[in-house]
Amino acid sequence: MSSVAEATIDRVGDGSAAPAPSYLDDGHSLRSWLTTHDHKRIAILYAISITVFFFIGGLAATLIRLELATPAGDLVSHDTYNKLFTAHGVIMVWLFLIPSIPSVFGNFLVPLMIGARDLAFPRLNLLSWYLYVLGGLIVLVALALGGVDTGWTFYAPYSTMFSNSWVAVTLVGVFVVGFSSILTGLNFIVTVHTLRAPGLGWFKLPLFVWAHYATSVILVLATPVLAITTLLVVAERLLQIGVFDPAHGGDPLLFQHLFWFYSHPAVYIMVLPAMGVVSEIVPCFARKRIFGYRFMAYAILGIASIGFLVWGHHMFVSGQSLAASLVFSLLSFLVAIPSAIKVFNWTATLYKGSIRFDAPMLYALGFIGLFTVGGLTGLFVASLALDVHLTDTYFVVAHFHYIMVGGSVMAFFGALHFWWPKATGRLYPEVWGRIAAVLIFVGFNLTFFPQFLLGMRGMPRRYHAYPAEFHQLHMASSAGAVVLALGYLLPLFYFSYSLRSACRAGANPFGALGIEWQTRSPPPTHNFDRTPVVPEHVYDYAPPGPRPTRAPAAGAKAS
Amino acid sequence: MTAATAAAFVPADVAHDGRAAKLGMWIFLATELLFFGGLLVAYAYARTHWPEGFAIASRRTDVVLGTVNTGVLLTSSAVIAFAVACAEDPAQRRWTARALALTAVLGVVFLAVKGVEYAHEWREHLFPLAGFALADVAGAGLFFLLYFVMTGLHALHLLIGIAGVCVFAGATRIAKPWATAPRVEAMALYWHFVDVVWILLYPLLYLVERHA
Repeated sequence: MSSVAEATIDRVGDGSAAPAPSYLDDGHSLRSWLTTHDHKRIAILYAISITVFFFIGGLAATLIRLELATPAGDLVSHDTYNKLFTAHGVIMVWLFLIPSIPSVFGNFLVPLMIGARDLAFPRLNLLSWYLYVLGGLIVLVALALGGVDTGWTFYAPYSTMFSNSWVAVTLVGVFVVGFSSILTGLNFIVTVHTLRAPGLGWFKLPLFVWAHYATSVILVLATPVLAITTLLVVAERLLQIGVFDPAHGGDPLLFQHLFWFYSHPAVYIMVLPAMGVVSEIVPCFARKRIFGYRFMAYAILGIASIGFLVWGHHMFVSGQSLAASLVFSLLSFLVAIPSAIKVFNWTATLYKGSIRFDAPMLYALGFIGLFTVGGLTGLFVASLALDVHLTDTYFVVAHFHYIMVGGSVMAFFGALHFWWPKATGRLYPEVWGRIAAVLIFVGFNLTFFPQFLLGMRGMPRRYHAYPAEFHQLHMASSAGAVVLALGYLLPLFYFSYSLRSACRAGANPFGALGIEWQTRSPPPTHNFDRTPVVPEHVYDYAPPGPRPTRAPAAGAKAS
Repeated sequence: MTAATAAAFVPADVAHDGRAAKLGMWIFLATELLFFGGLLVAYAYARTHWPEGFAIASRRTDVVLGTVNTGVLLTSSAVIAFAVACAEDPAQRRWTARALALTAVLGVVFLAVKGVEYAHEWREHLFPLAGFALADVAGAGLFFLLYFVMTGLHALHLLIGIAGVCVFAGATRIAKPWATAPRVEAMALYWHFVDVVWILLYPLLYLVERHA
């Protein structure tokens, strides 16, 4: 399957020749990038494409917040507003959040962390990126030409009868992007099973790899249900007969069941990799072994498996049976247990640690706080009675933004800072990194905390105009969005700047112990010049004391 | 620096040991299972709501051709199992290639019979479009929608399977190095899966209330 890869290995096999070029210097033509099978280059391709989609989705959010700055619907029409929040949701969920950490950092790091040369199926990996771009373009074209106003959930019968037909094109795009997710998940699972370095047992894996393994299982098992659901909606849309249309004996609730069977686990697709990132950053900057490693791994698996059984909590007011609602409510509460284990264990890791507040750590700590708020408010909406009041209000909007933005996006930026030196060989400017982290944290809370209050007071989602009594809170939220936008733009500049700066990073600027830090920065195409050393314990950071200045602490210990 | 750390990096080579190919195929089939699973949920919903409509509509399917096709597909699975057994022994690669080719032929026969069925159904206005023959039977439209979506997706999977098996037949005949026994087996896993899907679809679509 990878004859090119073998050729490369043979060339460097004896190790006596001049060092092989880094993966960034191994060909500079556009062609060498677009036809690459190297997981690191594909990760960079993903990084560039999701950044583009992130800013397009952010643009839609900017317009939404601008409209909501005043109670009257004066900036855009209600129709345009519907299209804006749909575009924001569809782009952010499928084109940014789902692929964000797995496809960029998972792709880059999973093989490095397990001491492998590449993923198990390098060509499939490239295909997955092309499918992602193709699907993304289809979605963008549909959103730009026709606009879709169903919300990102595409509920039948909005999508099957009332919306315009661009909804079918958008769904085709989502279908194609789904295939990309499935291929990435499949690749990760096979890679972790077959390509671990000798001696790297399952309970020696970094939690980042555990998180990506669990995420991949969800990707592989949940995404196909979304795929068949989108196909059924497209068929119904085109033939005007289908299983979701009550006029023909179908059931719109069936759509909701199938949709949330994917889309609730999709929340864990977004947040589990983020937890993996935080589990790498926290021990490194607290110089402590992670607290309760095995429980952290089991908690990941617990969240992933219970996450499959809670989709009905999105449907408490849909008219599903009370018995079903009770079970879904109970199961939703159960997810809180492994989630809490993770939060407590990160906190316990900090205890008596020698903590450094570098930018990645600021993001990781931000993640822990915001994820806790998002998780606890999740229990509010998982309660049957309270949910009747909160359904379809800004409380729900605030809740899931705390998880998806406060959680996943914070962790994405944390990962970006933590592994930036590894991926590029350059150091980012630390001061600017910290300023951006604080801006994002403050801006985020300013934007979304008022939305909890709005929701409690009854402000419904998806309206472009609202009564004057909500003005102050909406104003605060829009003002916060400005700060948040600044925080997101800032890294774009200093990261670009750092690429041209002379601040070269060594192999291991943070003194971290993962296997990925044993190779050069940026790594050579074949990942390692020498066989990496599997540490006795991947988080064996020294107890409080002088910080190691170089990586081989782990290697020295092993010998 | 110990001797171990100084050793040149020799990555595990999964390209030829086949573990990756087989595991990858199993995981892909898990995906496929959930893909068809969504359809089965829709079917379960619709049939429990419209049992009479489903019974009436199901009697309009061509049970003879459906049964013949079931036999054809089961035979093809036996033949590809034979191909996998032959692939274990490189000396038998001609037989491997022949068995794979026969598998593909049986797959084409299945599709041809299915095409004949579709043509009958088109003439009898059983496509759930304007002029649908069973328009006054509640639930019959849903049955035929699911019938065409399910058998259509199955046929698409079979078409991909036929293409794959043909590629392997050709590659085995000229002893391409990548056409290893584990990969032939992974291909066969896919073929068996498509067969198993049909074994589910056949009773669900053709045999509803046939006993009455």
